[in-house]
Amino acid sequence: MRDLRKEIPCLEQLGSLGKTFSESCLEAGGALAVDKGSHPSKIVPSLEEAIRRCGLQDGMTISFHHHFRNGDQIVNMVLDKLAEMGFHDLVLAASSLTDCHAPLIRHIQNGVIRRIETSGLRGKLADAISGGKMDVPVVFRSHGGRACAISQGELPIDVAFLGAPSCDAWGNANGYSRDEEGGILCGSMGYAKCDAQYARKTVILTSHVVPCPNVPCAIPSTDVDCVVEVESIGDPAGIMSGATRFTKNPKELLMAESAAEVIAASGVFHDGFSFQMGSGGASLAVARFLGEKMKAAGITASYALGGITGSIVDMYEAGLVRRILDVQSFDLRAAESLKQNRFHQQISAVYYASPKDATCAVNGLDTVILSALEVDTDFNVNVLTGSDGVIRGAIGGHPDTAWGASLAIVVCPLVRGRIPCVVPKVNTLVTPGATVDVVVTEYGVAVNPRREELRRRLERAGIPLRTMEQLQGIAQQMVGKPDPIRYTDKVVGVVTYRDGSVLDLIYQVAD
Amino acid sequence: MNVTTTAVAGTMESSDVMVTMAPREGGIAIDLDSTVEKQFGRAIRAAILEELDKLGIASAEVRVVDKGALECVIRARVKACAYRACQCEAYQWG
Amino acid sequence: MLFVPGNNPGMIKDAGIYGQDCIMFDLEDSVSLGEKDAARFLVYQALNTVDYAGKELVVRVNDPATKCGVDDLEAIVRTQKAVIRLPKTESARDVLDCEAIIARIERENGIPEGSTGMMAAIESAAGVLNAKEIAFSTPRLIGIALGAEDYVTDLKTKRSAEGIELLFARSMILLAARAAGIDAIDTVYSDVNNEAGFRAEVELIHQLGFDGKSIINPRQIKTVHEVYTPTQKDIDKALAVMEAIEEAHRKGSGVISLNGKMVDRPIVLRAQRTLDLARAAGICLEEGNGHA
Repeated sequence: MRDLRKEIPCLEQLGSLGKTFSESCLEAGGALAVDKGSHPSKIVPSLEEAIRRCGLQDGMTISFHHHFRNGDQIVNMVLDKLAEMGFHDLVLAASSLTDCHAPLIRHIQNGVIRRIETSGLRGKLADAISGGKMDVPVVFRSHGGRACAISQGELPIDVAFLGAPSCDAWGNANGYSRDEEGGILCGSMGYAKCDAQYARKTVILTSHVVPCPNVPCAIPSTDVDCVVEVESIGDPAGIMSGATRFTKNPKELLMAESAAEVIAASGVFHDGFSFQMGSGGASLAVARFLGEKMKAAGITASYALGGITGSIVDMYEAGLVRRILDVQSFDLRAAESLKQNRFHQQISAVYYASPKDATCAVNGLDTVILSALEVDTDFNVNVLTGSDGVIRGAIGGHPDTAWGASLAIVVCPLVRGRIPCVVPKVNTLVTPGATVDVVVTEYGVAVNPRREELRRRLERAGIPLRTMEQLQGIAQQMVGKPDPIRYTDKVVGVVTYRDGSVLDLIYQVAD
Repeated sequence: MNVTTTAVAGTMESSDVMVTMAPREGGIAIDLDSTVEKQFGRAIRAAILEELDKLGIASAEVRVVDKGALECVIRARVKACAYRACQCEAYQWG
Repeated sequence: MLFVPGNNPGMIKDAGIYGQDCIMFDLEDSVSLGEKDAARFLVYQALNTVDYAGKELVVRVNDPATKCGVDDLEAIVRTQKAVIRLPKTESARDVLDCEAIIARIERENGIPEGSTGMMAAIESAAGVLNAKEIAFSTPRLIGIALGAEDYVTDLKTKRSAEGIELLFARSMILLAARAAGIDAIDTVYSDVNNEAGFRAEVELIHQLGFDGKSIINPRQIKTVHEVYTPTQKDIDKALAVMEAIEEAHRKGSGVISLNGKMVDRPIVLRAQRTLDLARAAGICLEEGNGHA
């Protein structure tokens, strides 16, 4: 038989050509993986088997998404299994962690988890970490910062364990199912998409194996190595509420209306503008007020970005928003819309906010409405630690959207109960004040002194403005001056900016 | 004034404070449970003591469950509770 | 005028942030009998410490013929921060009895006598019939208000959407207030979720001539402002009137005319009122002729 390779001129310049074809190339188990005519499957009988096949070893990095929010069962299930299998020193890199992940405390104590990367922490786990339970500090990244670190190889993921409301035998996974109504539903799987794409190995855990091919899908089978069918992946009640209720709180409505007025007067309010809103009461109300202003002005938005809520879907269905780019669906209405609406697109965290991509979606934003636990007189924002210094929040896309948007508006009450939210200096710096343009409170609106032109526009529109120092003064006059928080010198958290630089440190709270 | 009975003022709603006072021998004992203990515990205790002092109450058992009330609310609730606990309706203002 | 229940710390804290002109803290109907003392301490303390940013403050006290009502006056008059609103006023006698107590408290505390303002709420058939004598009873009185809930019960009817049952009372109170040169404030509209019904009522009382509306929820403020804020057309017309006056002064002419028509006193007064309302609504008149 001729050896064709030997007849090729300049063979050394042709890159990686294989050997000359022979009958042996058609054998199963070779390069072609399976027999001709078989219907292969990535489904493995157990989580344990999947872990083994992925070659997970001590010290490796495992990742999870937080699309199931407080209804998530995947993180605890996988960590319980890894503990049982005797793994230790793992790096847990979740897109975020919340109250339901308190059982991880045990795995920190028994050495299964050596360190954690996340967007945020809440509840008992956050209390434990703020109390100094871990030797290695937790690294906090924004959604864009995490996506960038993963895609650029700075945070290499060895195995991603991703829960999916539906998945077929090939591994096509999605945040909803086309084959039945109800069941587990999370809508967009934007953070999981990024992990699946860049992890060395990806395991999909699903309670709902559907016929092939499960398309359209969030995660294509090409990014998946194993599929495990499990009894349950999450508690629907914790994953999302039916429809986020429109606030009747007059204070929130007041702030929302102010924020909508700021947008309308700012100069970014033109046909084809783009925006992102949060999921809090005030943010939802901003969407409604903004929608009314858009109708009155006869303009539409080119796209709405972000965590998507039913109020954005309402705007889409009313023809006020032309496209929805959805990295995370916040309520049932948003998840249903993703399934039904042609121009409601799910996007990965990299597409959403990776700073290495100049045209990531946040960079095209005209305006964003953001919340804050605290904002200081330099416009710096904290969304991570409470006024008692304890971790109780998440960075999320805050610094990403603040940087990307032409007009970043923080909506935040002056005080919550007796806790001042406009303060001389934030406990933890998450979003630098240089990227925040306007702060809206129930006591007035403040414009960043860097934005002189914007200040003039708002003034011309008759929006009463105050300085941050004035707002902070009112807050202090109202609630008094809080005693400073007492910390030890132990660092428990490292806050990174979206480019990976170290922005601030979180210290252990002294008892 | 002297605390002669157990009395309550205020509620457990957010931004309110519930103050309970009872007779006690030998000084003021404050049991404070506050959502803002770390930041304002000191200020809250000081405000309570000041109000009791103004009313001439030297001995009382004071239990305070604070849901982030402003200082003026705490002072108002302490006064209301004190008059009730002293069974006095001859209010002094100023 | 926003009604704020006197025993609600959360609402008392935030009462100043909305766009209303006046806050009325209630010690009367919204406070249960057992909490009168607690509400009184709370409102007293709030008046003395919270900065309500220049808003007019009013406290509705309990019947001054009771100990509770006198205690309310003892506390609130001392703050020198609020107008006293007398509930269920039936006659000038009611106002004067209350005034006597206020005057005593002022004297006892070195407060300039007569410095505490009063408002009277008229909430019964007798009160409506005595509206004139009530309105003229004392120079302390800055306004009279209709309290419709008790009034319709007294009439043996109930409130309708159109408000026909209130027409006589509203007209009577308005006339009495105008004759005495004080404010006339309309009653509350309790169905917060019925925005259209509320707007219709505000338009009605605005047309009747009322100076303002009592409200029970901040969400109602915007509607009142929308109805009461003069239109750009009204403002332009008023500015033209003012200009014509200046022009006449410059020329030393006694007769003011605009577009060939004589401008008489009522026209000037209406123009001034329009501009006052526009300023109160935060419209900038000095710059660019009011195109805000």
